[in-house]
Amino acid sequence: MTLRLQHRRRAKQGFRKTRGSNQMDSGAWDGSAAAAEDHESLSSTNDAELLKRAWRTEKAAPEILQFEAGLVQRSREQIQLVVKTPMVMNNDDLGPSMLVYLKWKHIKWRCLREGNVEDFVARGSDPLIVSLNQMDMDRTLYLLRSYLRTRLQKIEKYMFHIHKNTELWNRLSEQEQKFAQRCIEDLEDHFDKSVLSKLPDRYKSSVKQSVISEEDDMGNAFILRKLMLVTFFSYPSWFVVYMFMQIPEPQLDTYLICRTKGSLGALQLDDRQSIIFFGGVEDPVDLDPGDLYAVRYKSIKPLVYSGQIELV
Amino acid sequence: MAAQSDPHGSDFSAAELEFLAEDETIEIVPNMRMDALDLTCGIFGPFYPQITTQVPMWLAVAMKKRGKCTIRPPEWMSVEKLTQVLEAERDSQKSFQPLPFHYVETSRLLFDHARDDIPDIYMVRSLIEDIKDVRFHKIGTGLEVISQRTAALKLEHLTAMEVNIVRPFVVRALQTFYKLDNPEITQEPDARANRRFPSANHGPKVTAIEKVDEPCSQVMVDNCFSTVSTFLGELVIGCQQSRYN
Repeated sequence: MTLRLQHRRRAKQGFRKTRGSNQMDSGAWDGSAAAAEDHESLSSTNDAELLKRAWRTEKAAPEILQFEAGLVQRSREQIQLVVKTPMVMNNDDLGPSMLVYLKWKHIKWRCLREGNVEDFVARGSDPLIVSLNQMDMDRTLYLLRSYLRTRLQKIEKYMFHIHKNTELWNRLSEQEQKFAQRCIEDLEDHFDKSVLSKLPDRYKSSVKQSVISEEDDMGNAFILRKLMLVTFFSYPSWFVVYMFMQIPEPQLDTYLICRTKGSLGALQLDDRQSIIFFGGVEDPVDLDPGDLYAVRYKSIKPLVYSGQIELV
Repeated sequence: MAAQSDPHGSDFSAAELEFLAEDETIEIVPNMRMDALDLTCGIFGPFYPQITTQVPMWLAVAMKKRGKCTIRPPEWMSVEKLTQVLEAERDSQKSFQPLPFHYVETSRLLFDHARDDIPDIYMVRSLIEDIKDVRFHKIGTGLEVISQRTAALKLEHLTAMEVNIVRPFVVRALQTFYKLDNPEITQEPDARANRRFPSANHGPKVTAIEKVDEPCSQVMVDNCFSTVSTFLGELVIGCQQSRYN
Protein backbone atom coordinates (compact mmCIF):
# COMPACT_ATOMS: atom_id res chain seq x y z
CA MET A 1 0.00 0.00 0.00
CA THR A 2 2.69 2.42 1.05
CA LEU A 3 4.65 1.85 -2.10
CA ARG A 4 1.66 2.43 -4.32
CA LEU A 5 0.89 5.66 -2.55
CA GLN A 6 4.43 6.79 -2.96
CA HIS A 7 4.15 6.00 -6.62
CA ARG A 8 1.12 8.15 -6.91
CA ARG A 9 2.75 11.00 -5.12
CA ARG A 10 5.78 10.75 -7.33
CA ALA A 11 3.56 10.66 -10.36
CA LYS A 12 2.00 13.91 -9.27
CA GLN A 13 5.36 15.57 -8.74
CA GLY A 14 6.76 14.30 -11.99
CA PHE A 15 3.78 15.57 -13.83
CA ARG A 16 4.04 19.04 -12.31
CA LYS A 17 7.68 19.17 -13.20
CA THR A 18 7.23 18.38 -16.86
CA ARG A 19 4.40 20.83 -17.09
CA GLY A 20 6.50 23.52 -15.45
CA SER A 21 9.31 23.15 -17.93
CA ASN A 22 6.99 23.02 -20.88
CA GLN A 23 5.18 26.17 -20.02
CA MET A 24 8.32 28.12 -20.80
CA ASP A 25 7.97 27.21 -24.44
CA SER A 26 4.51 28.60 -24.68
CA GLY A 27 4.86 31.99 -23.10
CA ALA A 28 1.68 33.28 -24.66
CA TRP A 29 -0.43 30.93 -22.62
CA ASP A 30 0.82 31.79 -19.16
CA GLY A 31 -2.36 33.30 -17.84
CA SER A 32 -4.58 30.38 -18.57
CA ALA A 33 -1.93 27.83 -17.73
CA ALA A 34 -2.34 28.28 -13.99
CA ALA A 35 -6.06 27.73 -14.17
CA ALA A 36 -5.56 24.68 -16.32
CA GLU A 37 -3.10 23.29 -13.85
CA ASP A 38 -5.56 23.58 -10.99
CA HIS A 39 -8.14 21.79 -13.00
CA GLU A 40 -5.48 19.26 -13.81
CA SER A 41 -4.33 18.48 -10.31
CA LEU A 42 -7.91 18.05 -9.19
CA SER A 43 -8.82 15.53 -11.82
CA SER A 44 -6.38 12.90 -12.87
CA THR A 45 -3.01 12.43 -11.34
CA ASN A 46 -2.53 8.70 -11.17
CA ASP A 47 -0.15 6.91 -13.45
CA ALA A 48 -2.79 4.89 -15.24
CA GLU A 49 -4.48 8.10 -16.31
CA LEU A 50 -1.22 9.75 -17.32
CA LEU A 51 -0.12 6.72 -19.30
CA LYS A 52 -3.45 6.59 -21.06
CA ARG A 53 -3.14 10.24 -22.01
CA ALA A 54 0.44 9.81 -23.20
CA TRP A 55 -0.63 6.86 -25.32
CA ARG A 56 -3.57 8.68 -26.83
CA THR A 57 -1.56 11.78 -27.62
CA GLU A 58 1.29 9.79 -29.11
CA LYS A 59 -1.12 7.87 -31.28
CA ALA A 60 -2.91 10.94 -32.52
CA ALA A 61 0.04 13.29 -33.06
CA PRO A 62 1.73 13.13 -36.43
CA GLU A 63 5.26 13.71 -35.10
CA ILE A 64 7.16 11.97 -32.36
CA LEU A 65 6.68 13.53 -28.92
CA GLN A 66 8.88 13.72 -25.87
CA PHE A 67 9.47 10.30 -24.35
CA GLU A 68 7.74 10.06 -20.96
CA ALA A 69 10.73 8.54 -19.23
CA GLY A 70 9.55 8.92 -15.64
CA LEU A 71 6.09 7.68 -16.39
CA VAL A 72 7.28 4.63 -18.29
CA GLN A 73 9.78 3.83 -15.56
CA ARG A 74 7.12 4.03 -12.86
CA SER A 75 4.65 1.94 -14.84
CA ARG A 76 7.33 -0.68 -15.39
CA GLU A 77 8.05 -0.82 -11.68
CA GLN A 78 4.38 -1.18 -10.88
CA ILE A 79 3.94 -3.96 -13.39
CA GLN A 80 6.94 -5.77 -12.00
CA LEU A 81 5.48 -5.45 -8.55
CA VAL A 82 2.27 -7.15 -9.62
CA VAL A 83 3.94 -9.71 -11.86
CA LYS A 84 6.07 -10.93 -9.01
CA THR A 85 3.08 -11.28 -6.70
CA PRO A 86 1.28 -14.18 -8.42
CA MET A 87 4.62 -15.96 -8.76
CA VAL A 88 4.90 -15.98 -5.01
CA MET A 89 1.29 -17.03 -4.75
CA ASN A 90 1.89 -20.07 -6.91
CA ASN A 91 4.46 -21.31 -4.47
CA ASP A 92 2.21 -23.53 -2.44
CA ASP A 93 4.23 -23.42 0.72
CA LEU A 94 3.68 -19.92 1.91
CA GLY A 95 5.11 -18.82 5.20
CA PRO A 96 8.78 -18.69 6.06
CA SER A 97 9.94 -19.73 2.58
CA MET A 98 8.03 -16.87 1.06
CA LEU A 99 9.70 -14.41 3.36
CA VAL A 100 13.07 -15.81 2.35
CA TYR A 101 12.10 -15.57 -1.28
CA LEU A 102 11.07 -11.97 -0.88
CA LYS A 103 14.19 -11.11 1.04
CA TRP A 104 16.33 -12.64 -1.61
CA LYS A 105 14.46 -11.25 -4.59
CA HIS A 106 13.49 -7.72 -3.71
CA ILE A 107 14.68 -6.46 -0.41
CA LYS A 108 13.50 -2.96 -0.95
CA TRP A 109 9.99 -3.96 -1.85
CA ARG A 110 9.74 -6.25 1.17
CA CYS A 111 10.94 -3.55 3.52
CA LEU A 112 8.30 -1.16 2.35
CA ARG A 113 5.65 -3.77 2.51
CA GLU A 114 6.80 -5.60 5.63
CA GLY A 115 4.07 -4.38 7.90
CA ASN A 116 1.54 -5.82 5.53
CA VAL A 117 2.95 -9.24 4.75
CA GLU A 118 0.47 -11.21 6.85
CA ASP A 119 -2.43 -9.29 5.47
CA PHE A 120 -0.99 -9.68 1.99
CA VAL A 121 -0.74 -13.46 2.27
CA ALA A 122 -4.33 -13.67 3.40
CA ARG A 123 -5.59 -11.43 0.63
CA GLY A 124 -3.44 -12.92 -2.04
CA SER A 125 -4.81 -16.39 -1.55
CA ASP A 126 -8.21 -15.25 -2.80
CA PRO A 127 -8.28 -16.17 -6.49
CA LEU A 128 -10.74 -13.39 -7.28
CA ILE A 129 -8.39 -10.69 -5.98
CA VAL A 130 -5.45 -12.25 -7.76
CA SER A 131 -7.29 -12.34 -11.05
CA LEU A 132 -8.58 -8.78 -10.70
CA ASN A 133 -5.08 -7.56 -9.94
CA GLN A 134 -3.90 -9.50 -12.94
CA MET A 135 -6.45 -7.82 -15.17
CA ASP A 136 -5.43 -4.43 -13.88
CA MET A 137 -1.83 -5.27 -14.64
CA ASP A 138 -2.71 -6.53 -18.12
CA ARG A 139 -4.39 -3.26 -18.92
CA THR A 140 -1.40 -1.21 -17.86
CA LEU A 141 0.89 -3.56 -19.72
CA TYR A 142 -1.16 -3.21 -22.86
CA LEU A 143 -1.08 0.58 -22.65
CA LEU A 144 2.63 0.59 -22.08
CA ARG A 145 3.32 -1.76 -24.97
CA SER A 146 1.07 0.06 -27.32
CA TYR A 147 2.69 3.36 -26.36
CA LEU A 148 6.19 2.06 -27.01
CA ARG A 149 5.11 0.35 -30.20
CA THR A 150 3.48 3.46 -31.57
CA ARG A 151 6.72 5.31 -30.97
CA LEU A 152 8.75 2.61 -32.67
CA GLN A 153 6.48 2.76 -35.70
CA LYS A 154 7.02 6.50 -35.93
CA ILE A 155 10.76 6.09 -35.51
CA GLU A 156 10.91 3.49 -38.26
CA LYS A 157 8.94 5.70 -40.55
CA TYR A 158 10.79 8.95 -39.93
CA MET A 159 14.21 7.71 -38.83
CA PHE A 160 16.26 9.86 -41.21
CA HIS A 161 14.26 12.94 -40.38
CA ILE A 162 14.54 12.37 -36.64
CA HIS A 163 18.22 11.66 -36.90
CA LYS A 164 18.90 14.91 -38.72
CA ASN A 165 17.04 17.08 -36.22
CA THR A 166 18.63 17.34 -32.78
CA GLU A 167 15.46 18.48 -31.09
CA LEU A 168 13.55 15.47 -32.32
CA TRP A 169 16.49 13.19 -31.61
CA ASN A 170 16.52 14.30 -27.98
CA ARG A 171 12.90 13.36 -27.62
CA LEU A 172 13.81 9.69 -27.94
CA SER A 173 14.77 7.55 -25.01
CA GLU A 174 18.20 6.02 -24.92
CA GLN A 175 16.97 2.66 -26.17
CA GLU A 176 14.99 4.31 -28.92
CA GLN A 177 18.06 6.23 -30.03
CA LYS A 178 19.95 2.98 -30.23
CA PHE A 179 17.13 1.43 -32.18
CA ALA A 180 16.97 4.33 -34.63
CA GLN A 181 20.73 4.31 -35.04
CA ARG A 182 20.80 0.62 -35.81
CA CYS A 183 17.84 0.92 -38.13
CA ILE A 184 19.64 3.59 -40.13
CA GLU A 185 22.87 1.67 -40.19
CA ASP A 186 21.19 -1.53 -41.30
CA LEU A 187 19.27 0.20 -44.04
CA GLU A 188 22.35 2.02 -45.32
CA ASP A 189 24.34 -1.15 -45.16
CA HIS A 190 21.67 -2.95 -47.11
CA PHE A 191 21.52 -0.28 -49.82
CA ASP A 192 25.25 -0.18 -49.99
CA LYS A 193 25.71 -3.89 -50.35
CA SER A 194 22.92 -4.40 -52.81
CA VAL A 195 23.26 -1.42 -55.15
CA LEU A 196 25.07 1.71 -54.11
CA SER A 197 28.54 0.19 -54.02
CA LYS A 198 28.18 -0.65 -57.68
CA LEU A 199 27.38 2.91 -58.70
CA PRO A 200 29.92 5.59 -59.59
CA ASP A 201 31.34 7.58 -56.69
CA ARG A 202 29.17 10.62 -56.86
CA TYR A 203 25.93 8.66 -56.50
CA LYS A 204 26.97 6.67 -53.50
CA SER A 205 25.24 8.50 -50.66
CA SER A 206 22.14 6.80 -49.42
CA VAL A 207 20.43 10.07 -48.57
CA LYS A 208 21.37 12.14 -51.61
CA GLN A 209 20.64 11.60 -55.23
CA SER A 210 24.08 12.74 -56.19
CA VAL A 211 26.95 14.74 -54.71
CA ILE A 212 25.52 17.97 -56.07
CA SER A 213 22.20 17.67 -54.27
CA GLU A 214 21.89 20.50 -51.78
CA GLU A 215 19.36 18.66 -49.72
CA ASP A 216 18.97 15.14 -48.60
CA ASP A 217 16.49 13.96 -51.15
CA MET A 218 16.73 10.26 -50.53
CA GLY A 219 16.69 9.80 -54.24
CA ASN A 220 18.83 6.74 -54.65
CA ALA A 221 17.95 4.88 -51.55
CA PHE A 222 14.24 4.88 -51.86
CA ILE A 223 14.01 4.62 -55.59
CA LEU A 224 16.39 1.72 -55.54
CA ARG A 225 14.64 0.04 -52.70
CA LYS A 226 11.41 0.43 -54.56
CA LEU A 227 12.99 -0.96 -57.70
CA MET A 228 14.36 -3.92 -55.90
CA LEU A 229 11.36 -4.81 -53.85
CA VAL A 230 8.62 -4.23 -56.33
CA THR A 231 8.75 -5.23 -59.92
CA PHE A 232 9.75 -2.08 -61.63
CA PHE A 233 6.96 -1.99 -64.14
CA SER A 234 4.14 -2.61 -61.74
CA TYR A 235 4.21 1.09 -60.82
CA PRO A 236 4.52 3.94 -63.27
CA SER A 237 8.05 5.18 -62.86
CA TRP A 238 7.04 8.79 -62.16
CA PHE A 239 5.06 7.55 -59.21
CA VAL A 240 8.10 5.92 -57.73
CA VAL A 241 10.19 9.01 -58.34
CA TYR A 242 7.61 11.34 -56.94
CA MET A 243 6.82 9.30 -53.89
CA PHE A 244 10.36 9.03 -52.72
CA MET A 245 11.85 12.33 -53.66
CA GLN A 246 12.45 13.39 -50.09
CA ILE A 247 13.14 11.92 -46.74
CA PRO A 248 9.82 10.97 -45.21
CA GLU A 249 8.77 13.65 -42.75
CA PRO A 250 5.76 13.84 -40.51
CA GLN A 251 3.07 16.08 -41.88
CA LEU A 252 2.58 18.84 -39.35
CA ASP A 253 -0.03 20.55 -41.47
CA THR A 254 -2.49 17.83 -40.82
CA TYR A 255 -5.69 18.38 -38.92
CA LEU A 256 -6.61 16.44 -35.84
CA ILE A 257 -9.33 16.26 -33.31
CA CYS A 258 -8.63 17.47 -29.84
CA ARG A 259 -10.36 18.24 -26.60
CA THR A 260 -9.58 21.32 -24.54
CA LYS A 261 -9.10 21.13 -20.83
CA GLY A 262 -9.69 24.32 -18.90
CA SER A 263 -10.32 27.54 -20.76
CA LEU A 264 -7.59 28.60 -23.13
CA GLY A 265 -8.88 31.86 -24.50
CA ALA A 266 -8.55 32.77 -28.12
CA LEU A 267 -6.47 30.59 -30.36
CA GLN A 268 -4.04 31.90 -32.92
CA LEU A 269 -5.25 30.31 -36.08
CA ASP A 270 -3.99 31.39 -39.49
CA ASP A 271 -5.58 34.27 -41.26
CA ARG A 272 -8.97 32.69 -41.30
CA GLN A 273 -10.29 33.57 -37.89
CA SER A 274 -13.38 31.52 -37.65
CA ILE A 275 -14.48 28.31 -36.12
CA ILE A 276 -17.43 26.67 -37.69
CA PHE A 277 -20.03 24.90 -35.64
CA PHE A 278 -21.94 22.00 -36.89
CA GLY A 279 -24.98 24.17 -37.30
CA GLY A 280 -23.06 26.48 -39.62
CA VAL A 281 -22.73 29.19 -36.97
CA GLU A 282 -19.39 30.94 -36.98
CA ASP A 283 -17.56 32.19 -34.00
CA PRO A 284 -14.26 33.90 -33.29
CA VAL A 285 -11.81 31.30 -32.27
CA ASP A 286 -12.36 30.90 -28.57
CA LEU A 287 -11.70 27.49 -27.22
CA ASP A 288 -14.25 26.55 -24.60
CA PRO A 289 -13.20 24.06 -21.98
CA GLY A 290 -14.09 20.45 -22.53
CA ASP A 291 -15.21 20.76 -26.13
CA LEU A 292 -14.06 18.94 -29.20
CA TYR A 293 -12.42 20.71 -32.10
CA ALA A 294 -10.85 19.70 -35.36
CA VAL A 295 -7.81 21.99 -35.69
CA ARG A 296 -4.56 22.09 -37.54
CA TYR A 297 -1.79 20.41 -35.58
CA LYS A 298 0.66 23.24 -36.16
CA SER A 299 -1.52 25.83 -34.49
CA ILE A 300 -1.99 23.85 -31.28
CA LYS A 301 1.45 22.28 -31.06
CA PRO A 302 2.63 24.21 -27.96
CA LEU A 303 -0.61 23.35 -26.19
CA VAL A 304 -0.13 19.68 -26.93
CA TYR A 305 3.41 19.83 -25.58
CA SER A 306 2.26 21.50 -22.37
CA GLY A 307 -0.59 19.05 -21.93
CA GLN A 308 -3.31 21.68 -22.02
CA ILE A 309 -4.98 20.06 -24.94
CA GLU A 310 -5.84 16.42 -25.22
CA LEU A 311 -5.78 14.69 -28.55
CA VAL A 312 -8.70 12.37 -29.06
CA MET B 1 -7.25 -7.10 -25.31
CA ALA B 2 -7.83 -4.37 -27.80
CA ALA B 3 -6.31 -4.89 -31.21
CA GLN B 4 -3.77 -2.44 -32.53
CA SER B 5 -5.17 -0.03 -35.01
CA ASP B 6 -3.65 0.74 -38.37
CA PRO B 7 -0.09 1.85 -37.65
CA HIS B 8 -0.14 4.52 -40.35
CA GLY B 9 -3.34 6.29 -39.43
CA SER B 10 -3.83 8.20 -36.25
CA ASP B 11 -7.32 6.88 -35.66
CA PHE B 12 -8.28 4.40 -33.04
CA SER B 13 -9.83 1.04 -33.65
CA ALA B 14 -13.23 0.25 -32.20
CA ALA B 15 -11.58 -2.15 -29.79
CA GLU B 16 -9.24 0.57 -28.57
CA LEU B 17 -12.16 2.88 -27.95
CA GLU B 18 -13.85 0.16 -25.98
CA PHE B 19 -10.68 -0.20 -23.98
CA LEU B 20 -10.80 3.50 -23.15
CA ALA B 21 -14.48 3.29 -22.28
CA GLU B 22 -13.77 0.50 -19.84
CA ASP B 23 -12.03 3.00 -17.60
CA GLU B 24 -15.20 5.01 -17.04
CA THR B 25 -16.64 4.42 -13.60
CA ILE B 26 -19.99 2.82 -12.94
CA GLU B 27 -21.98 1.88 -9.85
CA ILE B 28 -22.18 -1.72 -8.74
CA VAL B 29 -23.95 -3.52 -5.91
CA PRO B 30 -21.66 -6.28 -4.68
CA ASN B 31 -23.07 -9.41 -3.11
CA MET B 32 -20.00 -10.41 -1.17
CA ARG B 33 -17.52 -8.89 1.20
CA MET B 34 -14.11 -7.96 -0.06
CA ASP B 35 -11.37 -5.60 1.06
CA ALA B 36 -10.50 -2.57 -0.94
CA LEU B 37 -8.59 -3.26 -4.16
CA ASP B 38 -5.42 -1.29 -4.59
CA LEU B 39 -5.02 -1.02 -8.35
CA THR B 40 -2.90 1.11 -10.65
CA CYS B 41 -5.92 3.18 -11.56
CA GLY B 42 -6.93 3.88 -7.97
CA ILE B 43 -8.25 2.27 -4.83
CA PHE B 44 -11.69 0.75 -5.14
CA GLY B 45 -13.93 -0.65 -2.47
CA PRO B 46 -14.08 -1.96 0.20
CA PHE B 47 -17.02 -4.02 -0.95
CA TYR B 48 -19.94 -4.88 1.29
CA PRO B 49 -23.07 -6.77 0.26
CA GLN B 50 -25.88 -4.47 -0.92
CA ILE B 51 -23.82 -1.29 -0.53
CA THR B 52 -23.28 0.49 -3.85
CA THR B 53 -19.79 1.49 -4.80
CA GLN B 54 -18.06 3.07 -7.81
CA VAL B 55 -15.67 0.96 -9.87
CA PRO B 56 -14.27 1.14 -13.41
CA MET B 57 -16.30 -0.57 -16.07
CA TRP B 58 -13.83 -3.38 -16.67
CA LEU B 59 -13.85 -4.25 -12.98
CA ALA B 60 -17.63 -4.20 -12.92
CA VAL B 61 -17.83 -6.48 -15.94
CA ALA B 62 -15.22 -8.86 -14.52
CA MET B 63 -17.07 -9.13 -11.22
CA LYS B 64 -20.39 -9.46 -12.95
CA LYS B 65 -19.08 -12.35 -15.03
CA ARG B 66 -18.13 -14.12 -11.83
CA GLY B 67 -21.53 -13.40 -10.32
CA LYS B 68 -20.14 -11.20 -7.59
CA CYS B 69 -22.22 -8.13 -8.18
CA THR B 70 -25.04 -6.51 -10.08
CA ILE B 71 -24.40 -3.43 -12.16
CA ARG B 72 -26.46 -0.27 -11.72
CA PRO B 73 -27.09 1.13 -15.16
CA PRO B 74 -26.06 4.80 -15.28
CA GLU B 75 -28.73 7.45 -14.88
CA TRP B 76 -28.84 8.43 -18.51
CA MET B 77 -29.71 4.86 -19.49
CA SER B 78 -33.28 5.04 -18.24
CA VAL B 79 -36.23 5.00 -20.62
CA GLU B 80 -37.42 8.50 -19.59
CA LYS B 81 -34.03 10.14 -19.97
CA LEU B 82 -33.40 8.51 -23.31
CA THR B 83 -36.84 9.44 -24.61
CA GLN B 84 -36.16 13.04 -23.66
CA VAL B 85 -32.79 12.95 -25.37
CA LEU B 86 -34.26 11.41 -28.49
CA GLU B 87 -36.98 14.03 -28.68
CA ALA B 88 -34.51 16.84 -28.18
CA GLU B 89 -32.23 15.36 -30.83
CA ARG B 90 -35.12 15.23 -33.27
CA ASP B 91 -36.27 18.74 -32.43
CA SER B 92 -33.10 20.60 -33.20
CA GLN B 93 -31.38 20.14 -36.50
CA LYS B 94 -28.25 21.98 -35.47
CA SER B 95 -27.20 21.04 -31.99
CA PHE B 96 -26.50 17.81 -30.23
CA GLN B 97 -27.57 16.71 -26.80
CA PRO B 98 -24.77 16.24 -24.28
CA LEU B 99 -24.29 12.52 -23.77
CA PRO B 100 -21.50 10.67 -21.99
CA PHE B 101 -18.38 10.65 -24.14
CA HIS B 102 -18.38 6.88 -24.39
CA TYR B 103 -22.13 6.30 -24.51
CA VAL B 104 -22.05 3.92 -27.47
CA GLU B 105 -19.36 1.73 -25.97
CA THR B 106 -20.78 1.80 -22.45
CA SER B 107 -24.25 0.79 -23.58
CA ARG B 108 -22.78 -1.89 -25.78
CA LEU B 109 -20.75 -3.33 -22.91
CA LEU B 110 -23.76 -3.33 -20.63
CA PHE B 111 -25.98 -4.97 -23.24
CA ASP B 112 -23.38 -7.65 -23.72
CA HIS B 113 -22.54 -8.41 -20.13
CA ALA B 114 -25.30 -7.15 -17.87
CA ARG B 115 -28.55 -7.74 -19.71
CA ASP B 116 -30.43 -8.76 -16.60
CA ASP B 117 -29.48 -5.59 -14.71
CA ILE B 118 -31.06 -3.16 -17.14
CA PRO B 119 -34.78 -2.59 -16.73
CA ASP B 120 -36.71 -2.48 -20.03
CA ILE B 121 -33.66 -3.59 -21.94
CA TYR B 122 -35.41 -3.82 -25.33
CA MET B 123 -36.85 -0.36 -25.00
CA VAL B 124 -33.51 1.09 -23.87
CA ARG B 125 -31.72 -0.65 -26.64
CA SER B 126 -33.99 0.58 -29.39
CA LEU B 127 -33.94 4.11 -27.97
CA ILE B 128 -30.16 4.16 -28.03
CA GLU B 129 -30.19 2.81 -31.56
CA ASP B 130 -32.57 5.58 -32.58
CA ILE B 131 -30.50 8.26 -30.90
CA LYS B 132 -27.43 6.97 -32.64
CA ASP B 133 -29.15 7.02 -36.02
CA VAL B 134 -30.52 10.53 -35.58
CA ARG B 135 -27.14 11.81 -34.47
CA PHE B 136 -25.25 10.17 -37.32
CA HIS B 137 -27.69 11.62 -39.78
CA LYS B 138 -27.19 15.08 -38.30
CA ILE B 139 -23.43 14.66 -38.38
CA GLY B 140 -23.65 13.70 -42.02
CA THR B 141 -25.59 16.82 -42.96
CA GLY B 142 -23.59 18.94 -40.51
CA LEU B 143 -20.34 18.17 -42.29
CA GLU B 144 -21.54 20.15 -45.28
CA VAL B 145 -20.52 23.33 -43.45
CA ILE B 146 -16.87 22.58 -44.05
CA SER B 147 -15.71 25.19 -46.51
CA GLN B 148 -12.65 27.06 -47.51
CA ARG B 149 -13.00 29.50 -44.67
CA THR B 150 -13.01 26.82 -42.03
CA ALA B 151 -9.93 27.18 -39.87
CA ALA B 152 -11.23 24.80 -37.29
CA LEU B 153 -14.34 22.79 -36.74
CA LYS B 154 -16.11 22.66 -33.44
CA LEU B 155 -17.61 19.28 -32.76
CA GLU B 156 -19.83 20.20 -29.86
CA HIS B 157 -21.10 17.29 -27.76
CA LEU B 158 -19.93 14.66 -30.18
CA THR B 159 -18.89 11.40 -28.60
CA ALA B 160 -15.87 9.16 -28.99
CA MET B 161 -17.33 6.70 -31.47
CA GLU B 162 -18.89 9.39 -33.63
CA VAL B 163 -15.68 11.38 -33.73
CA ASN B 164 -13.74 8.28 -34.63
CA ILE B 165 -16.04 7.50 -37.53
CA VAL B 166 -15.97 10.97 -39.06
CA ARG B 167 -12.31 11.56 -38.31
CA PRO B 168 -10.78 10.33 -41.58
CA PHE B 169 -13.22 12.40 -43.59
CA VAL B 170 -13.05 15.57 -41.53
CA VAL B 171 -9.29 15.52 -41.39
CA ARG B 172 -8.88 14.94 -45.09
CA ALA B 173 -11.47 17.48 -46.10
CA LEU B 174 -10.00 20.22 -43.90
CA GLN B 175 -6.54 19.36 -45.10
CA THR B 176 -7.55 19.53 -48.72
CA PHE B 177 -9.20 22.91 -48.23
CA TYR B 178 -6.15 24.12 -46.40
CA LYS B 179 -3.89 23.01 -49.22
CA LEU B 180 -6.06 24.62 -51.83
CA ASP B 181 -5.98 27.82 -49.84
CA ASN B 182 -2.20 27.81 -49.47
CA PRO B 183 -0.88 26.96 -52.90
CA GLU B 184 2.72 27.49 -51.80
CA ILE B 185 2.57 24.20 -49.94
CA THR B 186 1.69 22.23 -53.02
CA GLN B 187 4.12 24.28 -55.07
CA GLU B 188 7.09 23.47 -52.94
CA PRO B 189 8.16 20.19 -54.53
CA ASP B 190 8.11 21.83 -57.95
CA ALA B 191 10.35 24.62 -56.83
CA ARG B 192 12.78 22.14 -55.48
CA ALA B 193 12.73 20.13 -58.65
CA ASN B 194 13.36 23.21 -60.78
CA ARG B 195 16.24 24.32 -58.65
CA ARG B 196 18.04 21.13 -59.39
CA PHE B 197 17.92 21.19 -63.13
CA PRO B 198 20.31 24.06 -63.97
CA SER B 199 23.27 22.10 -62.71
CA ALA B 200 22.57 19.22 -65.01
CA ASN B 201 26.06 19.19 -66.47
CA HIS B 202 27.42 17.55 -63.32
CA GLY B 203 25.89 14.35 -64.46
CA PRO B 204 22.41 13.15 -65.14
CA LYS B 205 20.09 12.88 -62.20
CA VAL B 206 16.93 11.03 -61.70
CA THR B 207 14.36 13.22 -63.35
CA ALA B 208 11.77 14.58 -61.02
CA ILE B 209 8.41 14.65 -62.63
CA GLU B 210 6.49 17.75 -61.74
CA LYS B 211 3.42 17.37 -59.70
CA VAL B 212 0.24 17.81 -61.67
CA ASP B 213 -1.38 20.05 -59.12
CA GLU B 214 -2.91 23.33 -60.11
CA PRO B 215 -3.53 25.54 -57.15
CA CYS B 216 -7.16 25.92 -56.24
CA SER B 217 -8.98 25.52 -59.49
CA GLN B 218 -12.73 25.46 -59.55
CA VAL B 219 -12.60 21.90 -60.79
CA MET B 220 -10.79 20.78 -57.71
CA VAL B 221 -13.19 22.52 -55.39
CA ASP B 222 -16.02 20.82 -57.21
CA ASN B 223 -14.24 17.52 -56.86
CA CYS B 224 -14.02 18.17 -53.18
CA PHE B 225 -17.73 18.59 -52.93
CA SER B 226 -18.44 15.45 -54.86
CA THR B 227 -16.06 13.63 -52.51
CA VAL B 228 -18.07 15.05 -49.64
CA SER B 229 -21.31 13.72 -50.98
CA THR B 230 -19.94 10.30 -51.88
CA PHE B 231 -18.39 10.11 -48.47
CA LEU B 232 -21.70 10.80 -46.81
CA GLY B 233 -23.14 7.84 -48.65
CA GLU B 234 -20.27 5.66 -47.52
CA LEU B 235 -20.64 6.97 -44.01
CA VAL B 236 -24.22 5.82 -43.79
CA ILE B 237 -23.35 2.39 -45.16
CA GLY B 238 -20.32 2.21 -42.92
CA CYS B 239 -22.40 3.02 -39.89
CA GLN B 240 -24.85 0.35 -40.73
CA GLN B 241 -22.15 -2.23 -41.08
CA SER B 242 -20.12 -1.19 -38.10
CA ARG B 243 -20.11 -3.40 -35.09
CA TYR B 244 -21.52 -0.67 -32.96
CA ASN B 245 -24.78 -0.35 -34.73
